[in-house]
Amino acid sequence: MVKASPRALAAVAILAILALVPLLTAIIGQPFYLTIVARIMIFGLAALGLNLILGYGGMVSFGHAMYLGIGAYAVAILTFHGISSGWVHLAVALAIGVTVAILVGSVCLRTSGMAFIMITLAFAQMFFFLAVSLKQYGGDDGLSIPARSDFGFVDLGNATLLYYTIYVVLLATLHGAWHLIHSRFGMVLRGCKSNERRMISLGVPALRYKLTAYVISAQVCVIAGLLLANLTRFCSPAYMQWQVSGELIVMAVLGGMGTLLGPVAGAATLLLIEEVLSSLNLGLPWGIDAFIRDHWMAPLGLFIVLVVLTLKQGVYGHLAAARSGSA
Amino acid sequence: MTAGLLLTQTLNGVQLGVLLFLLSAGLTLVFGIMNFVNLTHGSLYMMGAYFAAAAYNASDSFLVAGLVGIPATIVLGLLVERIALSTLYTRDHLDQVLATFGLILFFNEVVRIVWGPSSIYMNVPSTLSGTIDLFGLPYPAYRFAIIGVGLVVALALYLLIHRSRIGMLIRASASNPAMAGALGVNIKLLNALVFGLGAGLAGLAGLMAGPIMSVQPGMGEPILILTLVVIVTGGIGSIRGAFYGALMVGIVDTMGRAFLPTLLREVFERSIAQAAGPAIASMLIYLLMASVLALRPQGLFPVKYG
Repeated sequence: MVKASPRALAAVAILAILALVPLLTAIIGQPFYLTIVARIMIFGLAALGLNLILGYGGMVSFGHAMYLGIGAYAVAILTFHGISSGWVHLAVALAIGVTVAILVGSVCLRTSGMAFIMITLAFAQMFFFLAVSLKQYGGDDGLSIPARSDFGFVDLGNATLLYYTIYVVLLATLHGAWHLIHSRFGMVLRGCKSNERRMISLGVPALRYKLTAYVISAQVCVIAGLLLANLTRFCSPAYMQWQVSGELIVMAVLGGMGTLLGPVAGAATLLLIEEVLSSLNLGLPWGIDAFIRDHWMAPLGLFIVLVVLTLKQGVYGHLAAARSGSA
Repeated sequence: MTAGLLLTQTLNGVQLGVLLFLLSAGLTLVFGIMNFVNLTHGSLYMMGAYFAAAAYNASDSFLVAGLVGIPATIVLGLLVERIALSTLYTRDHLDQVLATFGLILFFNEVVRIVWGPSSIYMNVPSTLSGTIDLFGLPYPAYRFAIIGVGLVVALALYLLIHRSRIGMLIRASASNPAMAGALGVNIKLLNALVFGLGAGLAGLAGLMAGPIMSVQPGMGEPILILTLVVIVTGGIGSIRGAFYGALMVGIVDTMGRAFLPTLLREVFERSIAQAAGPAIASMLIYLLMASVLALRPQGLFPVKYG
């Protein structure tokens, strides 16, 4: 690792706090918060996966909720048919995830820029409607999952163990992503972001690298989906709604795309804002509390617009400028 | 499957296609000319439908609904463009996606605050409430009117973009905005004009869709995504592409939903057909888009000026 910069210290602090959350919630006797933080970690994981291609590869995928859904549906459908082994869930989810990502990725990556955004969105929508039309698996209403995935040595039925499983997966993914980004592969990917034509002229098969990055990023979301289904013990097409893809982008950008832990921080920020707004109880006059509770999407939407508008080159540009200014 | 049913479903497909064209035309201009990803277009359509429905319920006149709904949508579009979006033209696509995504959330909630969460209704105007006899087959006159309006708009847009001075300037600034600006064209005004035109078309689509689709919060997004499919299939920035793309998507989607389950039943067992039919039908247009892109990444009618 690099020498202990303030950012590295902050990262260690965040991860240490996350490790202590089950203890804290047990002390204050509010197990509900454990679920919220677990949810934050899962969406942080998904945003981290998206960020691999968004932040480091410059590919704005507006359809990563699709992979979240594939992971969740793998658990739900297999459990529905009586297959409870977590390893089977994982294997099937990843097998389908890789196949879909290769097929969808190779069509989407034929385009770039604006068209790429729209096509990824359209494909995600296609899988959303596919999930809605699966009438035997609940269709629009989704289906509940009677028991969590059975991984043998660790009992996910226990909320604390589930929490730490998610935590360990997040740590492992962070570790893997760090090595990936700092490897030759990561260099090529970042090279493609800043100037793809130059990379091609250097003899790099850019498309193959981008596709590989897309597939890896999708699999992180598949795993996040698998964990999400286990956390909520429920799966519905709503997991693949296009708003979820949008929120994943917001998370990645909010926390700073140039950092690995940024998306996790972004997920925490966004989900906490949602949580606070939708359960606001400050005792404000004229029923403002209730009004915001009912219509929390409006302030959230404005917040997103303001964040983008006020930071001159977007959040990322702001961070990059601050970094080069301090260096 | 009778010939009459086939004809009815074809007309339904054309009608959906024409509605999609009204939206795609405005959106593709904004995409192609300002290089701007405008996801709020679906929200403008929704606001147009709400303005029209509100005006209709207040006055009981479809004409008033149109006279209020469309200008109100244009004004709203121009306001949004001036206040929020115009500063984003020079930013990268990611910022544009984020800001317009935030605006979608905002507008959906505004509608819920003002008009409530349930859908509101708007009747078909009385002069068009009947049916037209088509080779002995009754077809709703209002749906015919939608097709007619769409075709007139398509023709008018073609004349505007390809045969008028304004259209020439629009095409010039699409192919090279800096050069057009240097030659004395007011790019800022032109952008606002194009955005207003797009908003007006979205308002018109909202007005026309009001009586046949339910006017409810979030009604803009499903159709926005169909519109994106149309634009990508047709070629970004091309009005011609938007027209043919919209008709193709409209017909394929409608026909797929109407006939695919029955067709599958001929080949497969009943249970399989019943499960797979609706699933494949809902995926059909995306498969169409994927195959078009696999063969022609630029879309069917790529813009060639430049």
